[in-house]
Amino acid sequence: MTREPVVLGIETSCDETGIGIVRGRTLLANVISSSMDEHARYGGVVPEVAARAHLEAINPALEAAFAEAGIGFAELDAIAVTSGPGLSGALMVGVGAAKALAVATGKPLYAVNHLVGHVGADVLDAEPLEYPTVALLVSGGHTSLLVVRDLVGDVELLGETIDDAAGEAFDKVARILGLPYPGGPQIDRAAVGGDPTAIRFPRGLMLPKDLERHRYDFSFSGLKTAVARWVEKAQDAGEEVPVADVAASFREAVVDVLLTKAFRACADLGIPRLLLGGGVVANARVREAAAERAAAQGVQLRIPPLALCTDNGAMIAALGAQLVAAGHRPSGLGFGADSTLPVTEIQVDELAAPA
Amino acid sequence: MLLAIDTSAGTSVAVVEGDLVLAERSTEDTMRHAEVIGEMIAAVLDEAGVDPSRLDEVVAGMGPGPFTGLRVGIAAARAFALGIGRPLTPAVSHDAVALDEWSAGTRGPLLVVTDARRRELYWSSYDLGSDAVSRTDGPGLCRPDELPYPDVERIDATQVSAGALGRAALIRRAAGLPVEYTEPLYLRSPDVTVPGARKRVTR
Repeated sequence: MTREPVVLGIETSCDETGIGIVRGRTLLANVISSSMDEHARYGGVVPEVAARAHLEAINPALEAAFAEAGIGFAELDAIAVTSGPGLSGALMVGVGAAKALAVATGKPLYAVNHLVGHVGADVLDAEPLEYPTVALLVSGGHTSLLVVRDLVGDVELLGETIDDAAGEAFDKVARILGLPYPGGPQIDRAAVGGDPTAIRFPRGLMLPKDLERHRYDFSFSGLKTAVARWVEKAQDAGEEVPVADVAASFREAVVDVLLTKAFRACADLGIPRLLLGGGVVANARVREAAAERAAAQGVQLRIPPLALCTDNGAMIAALGAQLVAAGHRPSGLGFGADSTLPVTEIQVDELAAPA
Repeated sequence: MLLAIDTSAGTSVAVVEGDLVLAERSTEDTMRHAEVIGEMIAAVLDEAGVDPSRLDEVVAGMGPGPFTGLRVGIAAARAFALGIGRPLTPAVSHDAVALDEWSAGTRGPLLVVTDARRRELYWSSYDLGSDAVSRTDGPGLCRPDELPYPDVERIDATQVSAGALGRAALIRRAAGLPVEYTEPLYLRSPDVTVPGARKRVTR
């Protein structure tokens, strides 16, 4: 292809209906319709509520994205859609819409991996990725540490959470502190003026014995319980809970584990590059601490703009465009929604080369 | 000429022109809507020898139907309509079952029943007249022992024909009847409860 491919990306793996359009590595449109407010009263994402919201939002979001990009279907070279991982019922809305749109417009369809999409977000309006790079993806649904040797050909999972995702821990601790959902921004706000060293909360899977089997894995369930115990003990003693200190100390524990493991991977593998992605990267303390450690360890740190860190369609489009540019064939029409799609499967159901 | 899609039971896709079904593909599999929908749309267009640009509209079966599968067909129909720049016509899925019965010669009152999962049923009642089919009640949702019209002939459908759905939509329009439901007919709220007070971790 002599010019850069124009690709539409459709993302419906969780509670964000994301429609993006890119031209190669240039962002043309990024429309996100979130059902987050509808989940707030339930304290977390309700799959059926999310899926219903996707169906209502997807066509308006498509129209808004094309208006924003100032192009029509005819100008598209391809359509990309998230096949997984994510919530099955939510993913199916995007998959059904993408397949129909591909047949209606005669455009090739690329079924892609949501997590690799988060890495793909970082090529937009930025320098091309340097390989290999370590990538830390942290959101309400995922906490994964990857090594990316080639965005469209070689992604390896180093480790992931064995229980709660980091974003989930923020939501649960916010609830313990009587703060609303989603917890990330609430904890951030509550932590202002708090002492991050006031309480030494446990760091999951950081003991020498854990590091043998779970060197790059994460666990946040114990941390959440430790915070609950601490708060209950204070309440039982009739003391006022120092919310700012608890929030700051909890956040510090999460940030410490996330970054210690990520930078350790950089050191172990001799890779001086780290990329951050996922909604939790919106947390100011995560970015600040990452920048400090990167400077100290001589690691080049890349963080996409916030609108590209949370779930979005532009990252799916960007990954699709990279697949097209690299000469990958489209996916067949028979793929499904795969809630547990492994990160090694960058593209699903790529068609065989014609004989 | 129209494309009709229904995933309220299994998956069914058809190209319809007037009262003629030019091509139709159906499966009763209720677990693979997202997997089969694209290939089935491509297959009926290919079999009918129709380019998407020649279609005038897309008809979507709005249910009643269990939510996860139902959404796949509606999402596909809406996206297809957007892709070809043609209108979407929503239709009640049970109307297709009633029309198929009428076409097969059944006359008189009829209760159409489909599986709603969770030990519940979707129902609609019809009057199959000498020259027209009319829905007289429903669609509704109930437990099996609460089904209305117990004395009426009942058909338990495991498949909704997209061909019949497309024909039913055209017949309805020709009779001057308006589109009724533009949103999916789940007839059931999301299964979710607002959490109560947080449980203590220490006793």
